[in-house]
Amino acid sequence: MIAPTPSAEDAAPAAVVIRGLSHRYGDRRALVNVELDIRRGEIFGILGPNGGGKTTLFKVLATLTPAQEGRVEIFGEDVARAPLAIRRRLGVVFQHPGLDPKLTVEENLRCHAALYGLGGATFRVRSATMLERLGLVERARDLVETLSGGLARRVELAKGLLHGPELLLLDEPSTGLDPGARRDFIEYLVHLRATEGVTVVLTTHGMEEAERCDRVGFVHRGALVAVGTPDALKAEIGGDVVVVHAGDPERLRARIRQRFGCEPRLVDGALRVELPRGHEFVREVVDAFPGEIRSATFGKPTLEDVFVHLTGHRFWAQEPGREESA
Amino acid sequence: MRALWWREIIRFVRQRSRVIGAFAQPLLFWILLGGGFSASFRPPGTPGDVGALQYFYPGIIALVLLFTAIFATIAVVEDRKSGFLQGVLVAPIPRGSIVLGQALGGTTLAVLQGVLFLALAPLAGISLSLLSIVAVTLVLVGVSFALTNLGLVIAWRMESTQGFHAIMNLILMPIWLLSGAFFPAAGAPGWLGWVMRLNPLTYGMAALRRALYLSVPAASGAVPPFALSIFVTAVFSLVAFAGATTVARRAR
Repeated sequence: MIAPTPSAEDAAPAAVVIRGLSHRYGDRRALVNVELDIRRGEIFGILGPNGGGKTTLFKVLATLTPAQEGRVEIFGEDVARAPLAIRRRLGVVFQHPGLDPKLTVEENLRCHAALYGLGGATFRVRSATMLERLGLVERARDLVETLSGGLARRVELAKGLLHGPELLLLDEPSTGLDPGARRDFIEYLVHLRATEGVTVVLTTHGMEEAERCDRVGFVHRGALVAVGTPDALKAEIGGDVVVVHAGDPERLRARIRQRFGCEPRLVDGALRVELPRGHEFVREVVDAFPGEIRSATFGKPTLEDVFVHLTGHRFWAQEPGREESA
Repeated sequence: MRALWWREIIRFVRQRSRVIGAFAQPLLFWILLGGGFSASFRPPGTPGDVGALQYFYPGIIALVLLFTAIFATIAVVEDRKSGFLQGVLVAPIPRGSIVLGQALGGTTLAVLQGVLFLALAPLAGISLSLLSIVAVTLVLVGVSFALTNLGLVIAWRMESTQGFHAIMNLILMPIWLLSGAFFPAAGAPGWLGWVMRLNPLTYGMAALRRALYLSVPAASGAVPPFALSIFVTAVFSLVAFAGATTVARRAR
């Protein structure tokens, strides 16, 4: 991903400043002392497993949930004090479809525009532009309920962008999109940032999307465990990631430790070792313990490996009893 | 606000079943109940030509309003479930405007259907003067606005439409039943009479009767006076609107 040069980063005022943000639902802590700065013009990914707290963070940014503890500023304005002024500058696309299926694409856009005080000629120009850009011109007069999931998602995005927001918030934007549409979508976000200078904050559990972000932040059990560019985060691991599946992983773990002097992690029934020259290790480990290993693979670290490295948890593993409340 | 109002109207027109539900069902009630009770029911304190069919007529108009208001508020619960409402909540408009848009949408639909029902007045033996039609329409606006907002108070707190149906049967239907729409307070046992006197819709109902029988006040029967009825209905509207706005402000 094209990261802005460091000097430009320093000069740009922050789009989002979060200080000491904590939130709880009853006994459950959804956010724990989150501190985060998001720069203007940045594409920032909030990454984490479902139930980790990213939806709560999203709702606080969208001004839907007031911060219980801590302070959130968007473009220098306190969210708690001036929600209406901030909302005008936000474009929000929720995970759940926010369109009215009984209205046409155009009517949905008009309804949304009116809510943002956009009418008449301005609306016509903006909606024509958005429909054109998102390839929706032919479907403008169709009822939303007749659209495919991918198309409806695009209408959703058109709606979120209609009033020219400075900060676009997207909750799991690629849910329900096929891989091709997903790639188009993220390309379009990159394009948008370039043409309109819009800041984009998205939550995701898709690694592909996260890789395209300028920076990502990992949210785990309500805490922001790491923030950085995808490359910098992956560089922390150093070298390769080797994953070994075995019949008796615990025993193999002890034996690898003894033989190679490294500490494999047991994650979801597989052993993971982070080390340079992973391909050599794969050969050595298979040679050393024939018959015990079902498979051994190595690869360059992905963001998922970073997450495992940071938390000791598989990314996709649902934690019991930690479902995100809607 | 205007956008939300306009959306209510469009949605209504596109959902035929709603039109039928809110209009045909009360009509059926009227014919069946009015017909069935015509031999045994005679409202006290009215001239001899007011039978069950005539007595129920204003009550059925109120039922039309109630049903339409309920449909409009069920739509809010659905909006919440579908995610549409979330999109509205993050828009830069105050919650009061959102509620007003929803309430006016529901009110418009209710009044239109109520006025449509007025066309059946001759069947109830009522000949309406122009003044009477204007008075009835104004009363319908007040009562619809109050009922829609009452529905909104409930709808904004509801997560599912099932929950809403339960509340509707426990609160909204009794409010209608005990408003003098179905039987007059005069004939009810003491405690029930008191409940009816405390029910704000009783005054909406009374205002409706008074407006319908503008030229023959006696035909309204023993109901509260016109001025008091209008006053209570106006207060009811405002309180319900304030309540709905308060509940909406707390919604996340």
